Amino acid sequence: MKEPKDTRVVVGMSGGVDSSVAALLLKEQGYDVVGIFMKNWDDTDENGVCTATEDYEDVIRVCNQLDIPYYAVNFEKQYWDKVFTYFLDEYKAGRTPNPDVMCNKEIKFKAFLDHAMSLGADYLATGHYAQVRDNDGTYEMLRGVDDNKDQTYFLNQLDQDVLSKVMFPLGHLPKPKVREIALENGLATAKKKDSTGICFIGERNFKEFLSEYLPAQPGEMQTLSGEVKGKHDGLMYYTLGQRQGLGIGGAGDPWFVVGKNVRDNILYVGQGFEHEALYSDALVASEVNWTKGEAPTEAFSCTAKFRYRQSDSKVTVQPLSEDKIRVVFDEQERAVTPGQAVVLYDGEVCLGGGTIDEVEKNEKPMTHVD
Amino acid sequence: MEGIYLDHAATTPVHEDVIQAMIPAYREVYGNPSSIHQFGRKARKILDEARRTIASSLGAGEKEIIFTSGGTEADNLAIFGVTEASEGRHVITTSIEHHAVLHAVQSLEQKGYDITYIDPEPGGEIDPEKVRESLRDDTVLVSVMTVNNETGVRQPVERIGEILEDHEAHFHSDGVQVLGIENVDVKEMNIDLMAFSGHKINGPKGIGFLYVKEGVPLTSRLYGGEQERKRRAGTENVQAIKGLETAVKLKDDTGEDTVRQYRKFKSLFLDTLRKEEVSFDVNGENAVPSIVNISFTGMNVETLLTNFDLEKVAASSGSACTAGSVEPSHVLSAMFPDEPERTTNSIRFSFGLQNTEQNVEEAARRIAAVCKRLTK
Repeated sequence: MKEPKDTRVVVGMSGGVDSSVAALLLKEQGYDVVGIFMKNWDDTDENGVCTATEDYEDVIRVCNQLDIPYYAVNFEKQYWDKVFTYFLDEYKAGRTPNPDVMCNKEIKFKAFLDHAMSLGADYLATGHYAQVRDNDGTYEMLRGVDDNKDQTYFLNQLDQDVLSKVMFPLGHLPKPKVREIALENGLATAKKKDSTGICFIGERNFKEFLSEYLPAQPGEMQTLSGEVKGKHDGLMYYTLGQRQGLGIGGAGDPWFVVGKNVRDNILYVGQGFEHEALYSDALVASEVNWTKGEAPTEAFSCTAKFRYRQSDSKVTVQPLSEDKIRVVFDEQERAVTPGQAVVLYDGEVCLGGGTIDEVEKNEKPMTHVD
Repeated sequence: MEGIYLDHAATTPVHEDVIQAMIPAYREVYGNPSSIHQFGRKARKILDEARRTIASSLGAGEKEIIFTSGGTEADNLAIFGVTEASEGRHVITTSIEHHAVLHAVQSLEQKGYDITYIDPEPGGEIDPEKVRESLRDDTVLVSVMTVNNETGVRQPVERIGEILEDHEAHFHSDGVQVLGIENVDVKEMNIDLMAFSGHKINGPKGIGFLYVKEGVPLTSRLYGGEQERKRRAGTENVQAIKGLETAVKLKDDTGEDTVRQYRKFKSLFLDTLRKEEVSFDVNGENAVPSIVNISFTGMNVETLLTNFDLEKVAASSGSACTAGSVEPSHVLSAMFPDEPERTTNSIRFSFGLQNTEQNVEEAARRIAAVCKRLTK
């Protein structure tokens, strides 16, 4: 293994506190650190100012504090083709996509990784909360130690080739410690607010944003038994289990989205958080990635997450093919949503994950959710 | 590894003679040139001398030089100053101007002016006949740069000046990249207004000047005191003007040798790339010896520039977006409308005083090594 000083690590820097501290820690360990800012979205306003400017300014300030070179790279086209197009297509299909998973798969750990390698880098580092363990040349991805921040859910598509080239310098740290390090070192981004939401939408209204790209097709809200409860603004604006924005009054429990009928443009609603139509007991997922590089051939038990920051649920995984699985839940789960990722864990190890295609109850597909 | 600077068209290091001239100007002179006492007079003397040196270097009169904060301000003063002082609403310029001109003219366009943008020929040159054809009765200003800052292509400004002789339109040229490379004589060139910058000729940053031919109407952009004959308010940057004067003298004294050197550097640079079997094309014909713009076949600007910098070779390309990534060059887009890849694989190298044959050759070798690694 090369000495740190002879090991070039490209750090993907967003202008946030996490990637700033990632760069700082690597620099302290003596690596040859290069900071790179990725511009994935053209958001030039009428004055010709791109909103990425402020973030890049922060990258510059931090890199100058650390005395490391900084550069920018533009992946707008790749992002549009690989992530945004997928994002819109999924909504058109009535599903709830996860652009962060796709961005990690196609941009950060593909296009950007290639770019880093073309700069003579040995590793690509990011500020993700995850860990990589090298077991004699086989790489395992472990959860970040901060349960609340663990980002392996979004990283489930990383394979052996990628894991052999990445570093997650924050994986062993709790988030408050990261802030503390940033403050102690006086980093320009120490007090910067964490970014929330989908990167290209930012702080903007989601509904407004989406309506700029997809025509909204208003339709009826119905109960599963066909009773009309009102109008919806377009199926894409709703996701399974959602309570807000339905505007159904009346007595009794609050109303929730319990399903969609894309063909007839109907939004199914039901009363009560625990409405039985929201509960499923199995799912089928495709585009499954196995982080260790080998697909299992036999059924096995493990835990799973069906959305980010959910606690793990016990499941049994039945391989259907190399990249397709059926996941059977030990207990019924609420609002498992097509388009989202199902991510599998064996203790601290993230085994991989895939995209939820179908949701089942009592061995039958729940047709009302897709 | 030693850093090799090949980005002199962006800016140049300040020459030691310039620094030496500025130090006493800082230490011993602090009066305001507009003051009536001896301290003011001492400062005023520096201004007068500098103005004389610079005017005579350009074949201009002393009253025809306005000191500005740099090339951008000089270009802006010329464009807004002339159009505001004239009746007509039509301006002719080119699509390959520096943004100091292009964005100024675009601002006029938003205010209702008619702008004709002339595209270059494939070699990067503006056809003077196209200027002639674009002239209208209400054309007030023609602005064509003397040397393009990205490709180094020398524009036929003399010819354009001739064409404009029997038209009322005033002729402005951004002269920032020609200074120090050629002997500039504004009278021979038939130019009415010409903008220059100090830091491109080994002078200090924050100083430049505009040549304005006597009799050309010009309104001021800055209001305040009566400096620069009421055409540019604000206390003069005396020390920087002293530095600018020194830089102008320096290039007048050594210019010919310097340019001969640059010519050698350019052919050595290109020969080395060829010897190392780098696949490339030179963008633009008839470029000045100090600048060469190279299209690296099949490459990507961001990857190249970052790699060059990591190998300690400094060069540049087009203009950076405010978020750091490289925007396609408007100059190359105009030259090669059918070859968009040229705008994403081209890099400008520009030579300067502290380059040597050794470091130019070494830079070419490092560049070749990067290209080889990337094509593997």
